[in-house]
Amino acid sequence: MKQMHDSIIVQTMSRLLIPLAQLFALYVLFFGQYGPGGGFVAGVIWTTSMILTFLVFGLKSPQGRLVEKALHGDGVGLIIFVGVGGLCLIGGGEFLNYANLDIPGLDAPARRYTGILLAQIGVAVDVAVTGISIVLSLAYHDTEQEYDV
Amino acid sequence: MMYAVNIALLLLLVLTAASATFLVKELMSSVFILGSYSFFLALVWAWMGAVDVAFVEAVIGAGLATVLFLITLFDTAPKDSRLRRPPPPLAGVLGLPLLGILLLFAANDLSSFGDPTSPPNVHISPMYLQQSYADTLTPNVVTSVLMDYRGLDTLIETVVIFTAGIACALLLKEPGS
Repeated sequence: MKQMHDSIIVQTMSRLLIPLAQLFALYVLFFGQYGPGGGFVAGVIWTTSMILTFLVFGLKSPQGRLVEKALHGDGVGLIIFVGVGGLCLIGGGEFLNYANLDIPGLDAPARRYTGILLAQIGVAVDVAVTGISIVLSLAYHDTEQEYDV
Repeated sequence: MMYAVNIALLLLLVLTAASATFLVKELMSSVFILGSYSFFLALVWAWMGAVDVAFVEAVIGAGLATVLFLITLFDTAPKDSRLRRPPPPLAGVLGLPLLGILLLFAANDLSSFGDPTSPPNVHISPMYLQQSYADTLTPNVVTSVLMDYRGLDTLIETVVIFTAGIACALLLKEPGS
């Protein structure tokens, strides 16, 4: 898991599949208001694409470094979610009542859409960072120790 | 036709769960069988019309949970991942079928699936179905309930996930690094 996977087939297929998985995660995220899915599922799909990235290319590669950098985003998702609620408060309404989002130039459905979308992005970021941090701390725990079979 | 598919799905569910718990001698195979169990469960949810639940079950249960189990198993020695099964105690052999019969007996009192007069379907669901578009201007009822009517609930769930991630990072962190 520490180095790049040596099979060219795995590498090529991952180069093809990882962007596809991330595109699908974005689709699920933005389509969540109209169909099944939403922030939670989108975050997990994004996590699986990141896991595939560092399993195949290793943590030392540029892509792997990006995965490690994602860990610094712990808590950002919550801030986004609570921030949307706070913006609703500032707009003069209740906490998380998206109709009170005070964005000029948006009518009521667009306000609801923006509020729900921002909250879903918050959930997705939170879930993705949490998943990556759990998997990374599991994968790189006690790797130096050798076991006799 | 649909009924036969349903029966076949449920049978597959029971069979995969039973083989994961009774037949397999290795933890690695158990993990894969549990993943396929989650896939069958997702099919059952989709058949019952709960597409969101099916989606989450397929992604979390079959995808992420399997990866977590596998990565954990990579860190264990082979002698730890082989299962030794001691003969089950007599109380379990006699008690579990009795418990199963009791549960089947109790399942008679559950309202049947899709019954419009059952208590969960008359309490608050009609209100959501009829008024959610006027209230929240969101075409998908599930999203309007999840993110709008119960937005605070979802916020606290997100806090729970965040806390779980922090706790895992603290517990699994190596002392040296």
